Amino acid sequence: MFGKLTIDALPFYSWVAMGGALVTVGGVLAVTFAVTWFGWWRYLWSEWLTSVDHKRIGVMYIVLALVMLLRGFVDAIMMRAQQAIALNSEGYLPPGHFDQIFSSHGTIMIFFMAMPFLTGLINIVVPQQIGARDVAFPFMNSVSLWLTAAGAALVMVSLVIGKFSTAGWSGYPPYSGVQYNPGVGVDYWLWALLISGIGTTLAGINFTVTIFKLRAPGMNLMRMPLFTWTALCSSILMTFAFPALTVVCALLWLDRTFGMHFFTNDSGGNMMNYANLFWIWGHPEVYILILPAFGIFSEVVATFSAKRLFGYTSLVYATASIAVLSFTVWLHHFFTMGASPNVNAFFGIATMIIAVPTGVKVFDWLLTMYRGRITFHPSMMWTLGFIVTFVIGGMTGVLLALPPVNYMVHNTTFLVAHFHNMLIPGALFGYFAGYMYWFPKAFGFTLDERWGARSFWCWLIGFYLAFMPLYILGLMGMPRRLEHYNVALWQPYLIVAALGALLILLGIVCQGVQLVVSIRQRQERLDLTGDPWNGRTLEWLTSSPPPPYNFALLPIVREIDAFEDMKKRGVAYQKPPRYHDIHIPRNTDTGVAVGAFAFLLGFAVVWQIWWLVIAAAVALWAVIIARSFEDDTEYRLPADEVQEIERQHRQAMAGALRRPDVDAPVPSNQPLPEGLA
Amino acid sequence: MINVSLLQCESSNGMDVIVKQAVARRSGRAAIAFGAALLVSGCDLTGIPFLDPKGPIAQHEHNLLVIASLVMLIVIIPVFLMTFLFAWRYRASNTSARYTPDWSFSAIIDGVIWLVPAVIVVALGALLWSSTHGLDPYKRIDTSVRPLDVEVVAQDWKWLFIYPEHGIATVNQLVFPSQRPLALRLTSDTVMNSFFIPPLGGQIYVMAGMQTRLHLLADAPGQFMGRNAQYSGSGFSNQHFQAIAEQPEAFEAWVSRVKQSSKRLDADAYRALAVPSSRHPVTYYSTVEPNLFDNIIAKYGHGHAHAGHAAAK
Amino acid sequence: MTIDAVIASAPSASEAIAESHERKAFGFWLYLMSDAIIFALLFATYVVMSADAEGRQTARSLFSLSHVSGETLLLLCSSLTFGFAALAMHSVKRGAVLWWLLVTFALGLGFLAMEIIEFRGMAQVGAGPDRSGFLSAFFALVGTHGLHVAFGLVWILILASQVIIKGLTPPVTSRLFRLGLFWHFLDIVWVGIFSVVYLPGLL
Repeated sequence: MFGKLTIDALPFYSWVAMGGALVTVGGVLAVTFAVTWFGWWRYLWSEWLTSVDHKRIGVMYIVLALVMLLRGFVDAIMMRAQQAIALNSEGYLPPGHFDQIFSSHGTIMIFFMAMPFLTGLINIVVPQQIGARDVAFPFMNSVSLWLTAAGAALVMVSLVIGKFSTAGWSGYPPYSGVQYNPGVGVDYWLWALLISGIGTTLAGINFTVTIFKLRAPGMNLMRMPLFTWTALCSSILMTFAFPALTVVCALLWLDRTFGMHFFTNDSGGNMMNYANLFWIWGHPEVYILILPAFGIFSEVVATFSAKRLFGYTSLVYATASIAVLSFTVWLHHFFTMGASPNVNAFFGIATMIIAVPTGVKVFDWLLTMYRGRITFHPSMMWTLGFIVTFVIGGMTGVLLALPPVNYMVHNTTFLVAHFHNMLIPGALFGYFAGYMYWFPKAFGFTLDERWGARSFWCWLIGFYLAFMPLYILGLMGMPRRLEHYNVALWQPYLIVAALGALLILLGIVCQGVQLVVSIRQRQERLDLTGDPWNGRTLEWLTSSPPPPYNFALLPIVREIDAFEDMKKRGVAYQKPPRYHDIHIPRNTDTGVAVGAFAFLLGFAVVWQIWWLVIAAAVALWAVIIARSFEDDTEYRLPADEVQEIERQHRQAMAGALRRPDVDAPVPSNQPLPEGLA
Repeated sequence: MINVSLLQCESSNGMDVIVKQAVARRSGRAAIAFGAALLVSGCDLTGIPFLDPKGPIAQHEHNLLVIASLVMLIVIIPVFLMTFLFAWRYRASNTSARYTPDWSFSAIIDGVIWLVPAVIVVALGALLWSSTHGLDPYKRIDTSVRPLDVEVVAQDWKWLFIYPEHGIATVNQLVFPSQRPLALRLTSDTVMNSFFIPPLGGQIYVMAGMQTRLHLLADAPGQFMGRNAQYSGSGFSNQHFQAIAEQPEAFEAWVSRVKQSSKRLDADAYRALAVPSSRHPVTYYSTVEPNLFDNIIAKYGHGHAHAGHAAAK
Repeated sequence: MTIDAVIASAPSASEAIAESHERKAFGFWLYLMSDAIIFALLFATYVVMSADAEGRQTARSLFSLSHVSGETLLLLCSSLTFGFAALAMHSVKRGAVLWWLLVTFALGLGFLAMEIIEFRGMAQVGAGPDRSGFLSAFFALVGTHGLHVAFGLVWILILASQVIIKGLTPPVTSRLFRLGLFWHFLDIVWVGIFSVVYLPGLL
């Protein structure tokens, strides 16, 4: 009846695991209780969970990302604590728990923190940046969100029912095969990736179409803001790289569940094929994560230097060439597999070539600052911290691209330090910069800058403390994923790394405080103009938060920095003679239902409860088919309602700018005072 | 586990190792303190192998790292300087600095920032090509001395070393003469492992049903820690072994001592050994079943050598 | 003073429909390309895993040229009949659309039945997907295609019922267009399977 699911699935095997389960269950209960207590269910359901508005979907993606960031960070600090004390002792975590933690840390941070974070930012910003009213497929957008959430839920459930994978975030067989890993952990991992991966593929398709088909009149490709460009490249990579992840996960699952032999040791299985398939997805994935952050840095550096982005064309070509090259380098993840020197050298050189466009980008950002007027908003601080730190990661990346050096530091903490050095400054700092930069756009008020700066310094210094020792440890020959060790010389470095993790914890606390402080002061922090930073791109033309349709009238684009150009020409805040009706997609609960049934399907497959697998699959397809019979999925917002919404916005804006006539040109390149009211 | 650090100061032979292990286990905490004290006193070989290579392969790999790092400083240093300089000079409060809000293109600068990284990558690419071929782990080390062949089998969670020339085998201890190349053939009888002796050179994956190769050389007698670098399960943290380079005479003496061991590695003994075990003590086998290594590969029925390398050769 | 916004009156209904159709067609092409990568990787896996002589021998003893030719004929014909359905759709002949969809469905079902018979036959002689890496790769590749065909059959039924219920409305014809892309895509993949899996196995 319940497949492999028995009462033994509860985590009675260790107090630490039990604690994790209790915190998870307690958290869910607390949130449910709070929402019920305050009577928010109806609002939450009808305005948010069932929403197909790209801005709200974006916010929900980012909420998911932040929750999972906390979970992933708890994993991180548990590992740091274990390694700091586990010299010649078992520490406080047994191997069978420690390996779940490093597996879930990587899985969560990549798939359920970074991916939702960037998808959320793209969702909120890209349609507005290209002057569109929505994404190409609003309903599919909701499905993508809920599939991602279903995957995340599977990972979280594994804390309470059963165990998570012990095979690392890359899940190499044969260790992840059923012979060596008979439990349900790897299956949880596989189905979390399969389900959220399909969501990501759909999101990639959605944004590729949105950017190609929905741009405002006049915005040709070479006038798109850099963030839109990077979002486009990232979306194309999602569309074409994620199928590889789907294939590799499906094949490993077939091996595990039906005794097939794709990656087994015997009967003609070939684990080298897994490594190839996994990294054919895995390397483009790195650029899926990093390119949008590059886009954010480009926007931030231009805005807060009050200057046009230097070398726009170069930046576009650099972005596109990185996207293309990202498909040609996957083998550098396993130089030590014994391929011939010709093969290794080819992939090593291909890898180094990526350093060229990346270097160009760094110089273009620096030259944007050159002869600018730099405001040290926290978003700009994240950007500066990124530039300095990222080049160190770039350097160690080129070192790792040299196969003979790679033989020496592969699989050591040097490698761990390297990819954290790319992904924390390269991706996460960018998302944080974007979070502060676009927060007023999403919610209508700005975030506190002092707490933002404190958070930045904690993160930056914490990062150096946490990861520079790992570089040294790697050169000392310390492998990654070590639960305990017997080399006393390593311990001081590991203690420093643990302190770094604590400092990062402080940075996260600062971000929490920042959010609370800003929400309490929201009346003083209101962004009434919709343009708190004297922005340059179209998303700052809308009100903050924007109306459901974003733009009452579609803007005409004449320049790269379209909004800056309008402000300069004094046409940014013109009052149009009339408005027209706008069609807006209606909210639907189908997306939530798809996510819920996908979760149920994943859970049932993991525990091999076959009747539930069939039931969930049938239900999932039934709701989608039912949806396909609905042709009337939009409602019409009448012109006079649009006019009223716009009138209120203009009134607020006029007050904020202290000018009754907002049709007059706004002086260019002079930051508006903060707290405009 | 303490024995490895204890032994690092002694040029002890194999039998001593076993004795010392037993002693170390019994003496418990005292031994831990003793081992730590030895390490602190500077008598240690597990320091920073990469910065203190003990053989030509590691030395070359180390040199390559240093050269490449220095070359890249051509880009890194300007980035650092420009970041701090520009951020300071063009801060909004410094109104005396020049401000060109619309300056966004310069063909010359554009050319330079594409060309300089490109030239560096071309230079490093040439270095990469030659070094990757020169330091191919499959390539025999170019000396007049005949290499010592050793067959390596990864198991859960230990290492088996077979000396076909001498007909002996050891577990978790690899003893070999210094200044004589070590030619390893490697495979796994379990999940994928990565064989790694940091002070001597880079690592290589070992996979079931397949053979990989690795060539190493120690310049002088010494003891190093070797290990599996690829996560392989609950015994992974303990899956390390002693790699001991000896003078040729001492090596021969060691071989004859191993030959006196009462243990024999026949099919049954191998099956017993292959059962997963952690912290397996150093063990000597005076005889080895013929073709054991090839049989371990063959039992997985691939019937082909390591695909990647074989195809390219 | 220039007005810097498009002040189009609300787009006409036909414009909105054309735009939505074009957008969805483009999105669907992207999905097909993405799906093509799934197949490309399954093909690559198959080629890797059939490299050894044992695999080739297995293939020769298991495949039957006449059976595969039958499958191929059915699927190619179904593509043709779908083409007729599309033609009928353009000349707004509802009955003809339904008729040709039904024929396409029958041919597709025949293909699927033959495939299931083939798979069962292989399993009965002990050559199931858990026998060897080669057979795993074979079943994964051909089975994934079969799963797509099954999905396409369900889709045909759904659209046929929409044609009956709603008639040939713009949303329905737009969906029929995408179903057509899907169905022809499966044909192309099958041609690949025929030439990469069956022909080398038989020759």
